[in-house]
Amino acid sequence: MDSRILQELKSLLGPGNVRHAREDLLLYEYDGSVEIARPDCVVFPQTTAEVAGIVGVARRTGTPIVGRGAGTGLSGGALAREGGIVIVFSRMNRILGIDIPNQRATVQPGVVNADLSAAVAHAKLHFAPDPSSQRACTIGGNVAENSGGPHTLAYGVTTNHVLALEAVLPTGEICRFGSAALDATGYDLTGLMTGSEGTLALVTEITVKLTRLPESVKTLLAIFNSVDDATETVVDITARGITPAACEMLDGWTLRAVESYVHAGFPVDSAAVLLIDVDGLREAAESQAAEVAEVCARHHAREVRVARDERERALLWKGRKNAFGAVGRLSTTYYVQDGVIPRTKLPQTLRFIGAVGKKNGFEIGNIFHAGDGNLHPIILFDARDPEEFRRAVATADEIIGYCIEMGGSITGEHGVGMEKDRLMPLLFSPSDLEIMRGLRDTFNPGGLLNPGKVFPSKKGCGEIHARPLPLGGNAADAEMKRTTDLPRA
Amino acid sequence: MTITPSSLARHLADICGSAHAVEDPAQLACYQIGESRPRAAARPASSEETAEIVKLAAAEGLALVACGARSKLGMGMPPRRYDLALDLARLNRVIAYDPGDLTLSVEAGIPLSLLSGELHKHSQFLPLAVPFFRSATAGGSVASGVDTPLRQFYGTARDYILGMDFITGSGVLTKSGGRVVKNVTGYDLHKLMIGATGTLGVITKINFRTFPLALEPRMFAASFADAAGALALRNLIADSALRPLTLDILSPVTAQVFSGNGAAQIEPGPLPSGLFPDSSWHLVAQFAGNETVRRRNESELERMAHEARAARVANFAMDEMEGLAGRIREFVPIALGNSPATTIIKIGVLPSRMDEMLASCERAARDNNLRWAGVARGVGIILAALLPDELNEDSARRVRRATEQIAESAATLGGSMTVPWSPAAWKSQLKVWGIDREDFAQMKKLKTFFDPQGTLSPGRFAGGL
Repeated sequence: MDSRILQELKSLLGPGNVRHAREDLLLYEYDGSVEIARPDCVVFPQTTAEVAGIVGVARRTGTPIVGRGAGTGLSGGALAREGGIVIVFSRMNRILGIDIPNQRATVQPGVVNADLSAAVAHAKLHFAPDPSSQRACTIGGNVAENSGGPHTLAYGVTTNHVLALEAVLPTGEICRFGSAALDATGYDLTGLMTGSEGTLALVTEITVKLTRLPESVKTLLAIFNSVDDATETVVDITARGITPAACEMLDGWTLRAVESYVHAGFPVDSAAVLLIDVDGLREAAESQAAEVAEVCARHHAREVRVARDERERALLWKGRKNAFGAVGRLSTTYYVQDGVIPRTKLPQTLRFIGAVGKKNGFEIGNIFHAGDGNLHPIILFDARDPEEFRRAVATADEIIGYCIEMGGSITGEHGVGMEKDRLMPLLFSPSDLEIMRGLRDTFNPGGLLNPGKVFPSKKGCGEIHARPLPLGGNAADAEMKRTTDLPRA
Repeated sequence: MTITPSSLARHLADICGSAHAVEDPAQLACYQIGESRPRAAARPASSEETAEIVKLAAAEGLALVACGARSKLGMGMPPRRYDLALDLARLNRVIAYDPGDLTLSVEAGIPLSLLSGELHKHSQFLPLAVPFFRSATAGGSVASGVDTPLRQFYGTARDYILGMDFITGSGVLTKSGGRVVKNVTGYDLHKLMIGATGTLGVITKINFRTFPLALEPRMFAASFADAAGALALRNLIADSALRPLTLDILSPVTAQVFSGNGAAQIEPGPLPSGLFPDSSWHLVAQFAGNETVRRRNESELERMAHEARAARVANFAMDEMEGLAGRIREFVPIALGNSPATTIIKIGVLPSRMDEMLASCERAARDNNLRWAGVARGVGIILAALLPDELNEDSARRVRRATEQIAESAATLGGSMTVPWSPAAWKSQLKVWGIDREDFAQMKKLKTFFDPQGTLSPGRFAGGL
């Protein structure tokens, strides 16, 4: 990178907040996805004014900029695909205000998701979106990706909880959208910015709704001898108008991987389990738990366990939330997909995934948000073998193709990023993409903010083209990626 | 092609058939907004025909206003230009309904009441309990951004719309979102269309998430000597484990208006007897659940109401409460029917500021010698109806002063205020869209991007957009 740019950034932020040595940059060239892209420099602003200053430098010098939280994203959203400056928000990590009576909080983007919930737990409140990476991922990242989590089934995804934003626009302007009070006048710019994957603005302050913790939560573990029985149970629970707070499925293969790592008490000889939370008033949770148990039994659950206390509950959920870490112990690399299907299509889709894995010679585990039809098939592969990597991606694409055929979508909560840009034309027409791209260019005119994301590259517009090999076959890089144990999904 | 006034209807007829291209002034009266009446109206039968019409308008520099049942054309500012009414009432099909997936895809012109019957067959519903419910269409309810008492539990349209098809101001049919309940593919353009009063796009299709009907809903009502008591109960409920479906606080005049004949004409369901005998403030909330849940709800509510010094409490079953629930939903049309000069103000403040805000409404009404009726939702939204007796200059002056006072308090309290309904002639004197926000420049960018020629409802939205 041009030394004059570095000099400018250093005088703006202080030399300690600008890193450009190779060994520093290596830490920021990956995220939770299978992609790799190395920035030219990494900066750590502490104020909104500093962020605006960085944007100013980038604009004057035509340097790409990418925002980054904890780097737990699963679609390459925080990677510097075209090099340039990565703005890491880890030092903008203050909770700026908590308003208990109104159930609001205002935070800087680098605040860790779980830290906000911990900070308001004394008032029986929490920040409802709960990605499995919530102990590491940041709220800024959640806003960029519109993150979900197991409990979004009942509580909604990030966008349902964001009320107002302060952001630095690619033009360098600092702007506020929305308000802590509901129904701010004007177009819903907060809704547009949330989930725009860092392509429209850099969010520097976030006002969110806090949600009251339920009085009672019942956690059920339903154990099945067949995947079909488990998926049929999910369909039936939905059809009966029961809305659990969470309804997660782990198949037998994943269970065994998790159990040997977490010892959550999952039955290793079963074909699938459903991990279901029902919550609300004590009386409501109890009656719903009984209803859910009955539906499970009707679909041949071999056993339905109800967590007896908070410790048992926490252990079962620890098994779920650490599942991806457990899988990491089994394979050099794995590829997590994020397809969505209508819930009624779960049984045939799971059968399809099994068949596709068998056909292409991959082990595919399934651990996912069954209640809202958000699949996370995990394809194990060895990234050091470029041919195997290509086949793994082709397998994932086959699964995504099937999801779309079922009326679904290519991403439920991980985002498009650089992972799925080439799949966008499967869902959107060239003209649809032209409009979205035009809107991006309206806010991000030079295209310097997070370039190469969400939209297929211009030349390939409207067609799917061969995916480049992101790991580059570099053994050292692959090795580093393998040993990175980040919380995921 | 240049369209002369006389040939507009012919061009429209080429697109949607002569039976659906209207130029007869008498027939056009129903599309009138304020003083302005369009030169023609078109009733397309498909989104493709609709796109053709928008394209024609854009090419000819004509301004159009999209509408459904026309119940909310009076909202916002009158359009700056108005050549063509784009009537979407024939876009009234259910495109797909998958009860098992709780997803629904409908054309914009479908009446909500019709839809509700369809959904009830599967014990499901949409939480769009919006005013003008009997005639309102899905598209109009979403585009106008009217809110619903059920937002207390279910949120607003933004929380359960999964995707949309819409037509840009250049006549391009496009879409965003999808039909599954969880989806982060592409920009959420559909969120921009909600409440934009048709100024960014013409909505042609909406994908909703549906919900299971609440189990045995019941209504709880408590009356108080003042607003403070009702708000104290609201705060106790918010701080409890209870999860009400609705929570509305009714001012004394609201209760009187609800008891009147005008209200009964709009919502014929009977009111629970003896509920509104005096000049109390009331808190009314719906709850759902089985027998044990109901007992728990009712005993806690009674305890909390007592703590908040309620004068009386009452519980109502489904069949007794529908008249009241319906009147709360229809507060706007009931208030509009109460006086020819009704002006309705919508305020958004933090719940903790509602006491000051209600006091300010009270003060502004008193200072200007106006009757007012209010519904305050538990989430921090206040609908206040100013009810002058007559439509004249003096009323206009008093209403203008009152709205200015209220706008000032809302701003001081960190909230927002708009005047969605008022006599058309008064609009130019009122801050219909409140005070311009600091992100207005970004909103302007959106308008220029989606509707570069100002084809769609020009001037109806905030800041003249």
